[in-house]
Amino acid sequence: MTSPIKSLTANVTLLETGAEVVCATFLGRTPAFACTDGTVMFSDIGEERRITVHPDAVTLCAQSDGKRLVSGGDDGRVVSVSQDGTTSELANEKGKWIDGLTLGRDGATAWSITKTVRSRDAKGEVKSREFTSSARGLCYITKGYRLAVTHYNGVSLWFPNMVGEPEQLKWAGSHLDLTASPDAKFVVSAMQENSLHGWRVADKKDMRMTGYPAKTRSFSWSHDGKWLATSGAEACVIWPFQTTDGPMGKPPRECGVRAARVSRVAFHPSALIVALGYDDGWVMLCRMTDGAEILVRSVSDPGADKKGRAISSLAWHPEGKRLVYGSEDGQAGILDLP
Amino acid sequence: MSDQVPVTVLTGYLGAGKTTLLNRILSEQHGQKFAVIVNEFGEIGIDNDLIVGADEEVFEMNNGCICCTVRGDLIRILEGLMKRRGKFDAIIVETTGLADPAPVAQTFFVDQDVQDRARLDAIVTVADAKWLSDRLKDAPEAKNQIAFADVIILNKTDLVTDGELREVEARIRGINPYAKLHRTTRCQVPLDAVLGRNAFDLDRILEIEPEFLNADDHDHDHHDHGHDHGHHHDHGHGLKAYHDEEMQSVSFRHDGDVDPNKFMPWINELVQREGPNILRSKGILSFKGENKRFVFQGVHMILDGDLQREWKPDEKRESKIVFIGRNLKENELREGFMGTAA
Repeated sequence: MTSPIKSLTANVTLLETGAEVVCATFLGRTPAFACTDGTVMFSDIGEERRITVHPDAVTLCAQSDGKRLVSGGDDGRVVSVSQDGTTSELANEKGKWIDGLTLGRDGATAWSITKTVRSRDAKGEVKSREFTSSARGLCYITKGYRLAVTHYNGVSLWFPNMVGEPEQLKWAGSHLDLTASPDAKFVVSAMQENSLHGWRVADKKDMRMTGYPAKTRSFSWSHDGKWLATSGAEACVIWPFQTTDGPMGKPPRECGVRAARVSRVAFHPSALIVALGYDDGWVMLCRMTDGAEILVRSVSDPGADKKGRAISSLAWHPEGKRLVYGSEDGQAGILDLP
Repeated sequence: MSDQVPVTVLTGYLGAGKTTLLNRILSEQHGQKFAVIVNEFGEIGIDNDLIVGADEEVFEMNNGCICCTVRGDLIRILEGLMKRRGKFDAIIVETTGLADPAPVAQTFFVDQDVQDRARLDAIVTVADAKWLSDRLKDAPEAKNQIAFADVIILNKTDLVTDGELREVEARIRGINPYAKLHRTTRCQVPLDAVLGRNAFDLDRILEIEPEFLNADDHDHDHHDHGHDHGHHHDHGHGLKAYHDEEMQSVSFRHDGDVDPNKFMPWINELVQREGPNILRSKGILSFKGENKRFVFQGVHMILDGDLQREWKPDEKRESKIVFIGRNLKENELREGFMGTAA
């Protein structure tokens, strides 16, 4: 590295959540952390509030759209939490695990229970569909009420309000997590085989993105929709999506190269800066234009020979001045940019 | 290592007594808490333990291994269970009676996230003393389960005569002479016979001698292999064993070093080509110029190997490999292995 890493560690407010953070987010201006112990912790200025969302159960997945935080537990419940801490149960699958969960921009919520996927629109009407294998990766696609669903051998594009078979995007293998470009032109899945598979939705053209040493579990699109940041390597791998061909024939960019694996990624809401969480607990900001790096959190405890646990969630406030993170060992932080 | 939760895989043909063994494990006063992954919610005592339903979703990996299948549901369930970290001590996976143990085992070799959090402890197969001989004739699944096992619970021994018991044991030994075998009624075995076996821990693969229950039958003769490069085929020796036409085990020994530059390409090519037929493999090898033992194990096409402890000064440096599989070409395997001698 040519220049010493700049540090913003002094600008971080540290918190302990007591359990693995499944989703770190902002509800309005309030940092909120959904944890595996079934609770959500709010960090208001000067005080912490904690509510129990899944009593005696484990939070398996959680997502936030900035207005609400929705979590799915191994108690089979899908619960929506608002900024003031009020909760409402969106579904109760009676003890079955909620495997996947996603939120739509217009208040829709989708979740999966092994092969069953349900989509609930903002009015509360629920539609269900069975897939042929476990369906875990869920993502609403903009323009219309359409849900992309991963399963074995591809992705289905399902219009919950339409009868008929979903459109199929086929590729052999097991597809896990999923993202769609903001303009809805591309769908990208993370596969069991440590690679990504993308499709151009218009003509179903395949795109293979390989070379990862581990599974990609975190995606983030840049604010202009032209770049896709991904986890799963010892750097953040960023694929170019400027043209209608997507990343085909173009090498990805890399930033934040370290001797630890990137576990979470989050693009800044208005600049080409990506926040990276690593599997040793480090958090950095990287500027794509010049590769400059700023340290947010480092973990070093040489006496104890202890390595930090992976960062499990990262999120920017929509104004781009604050960042929250949480880790597998219940360490969380709020960064206030100077 | 200590972070990884041990996982015991419980297999056995329909009606052999898997649920009985599971209940036995769960009801014993052992102070441990288990998470149990089952396919059919049977009559299982679950007071303190966590029980999760699975649906045996087996899929192929696109990694060039044509026989490389894994359990997708298991990957998902283990990930969810690990969010309860610290709330249980071990995981037990019960498979259906018709299941092939390979996808479960391969899941632990193929998926890094699973490997980081859990380790395969052993494959335990419950067999019905009265009916196993028949099932070995008509049910390929039953044969797979015996061939794959690290531990075999030969159950319902009270329903057969001594002669019948010896015959069914001989049939088991004809397929898999390496598993620990326990004769039981109503699956009454000490828990440590089933749990905490470390059967897949390379550091614990100390011996790969056939395991015979009856010491009187244990008529080893390791002294007559001096000629012909000293290799040796152990199959069936000293034991009344029924040769199974389809599934066998073969082992070869070389009294000395092998050349790693010959051995590694040979074994890799072999499992690529014959992987679908080779269910399990193990070896302890003396590499030329290396003062540590090389130990490997494999499931079909997947191999896992490492240098282990140093050879002891008083220990005879020798190389030995074992294959359990279907229609194994013994002569070809022997020649191939002997060709890697240093």
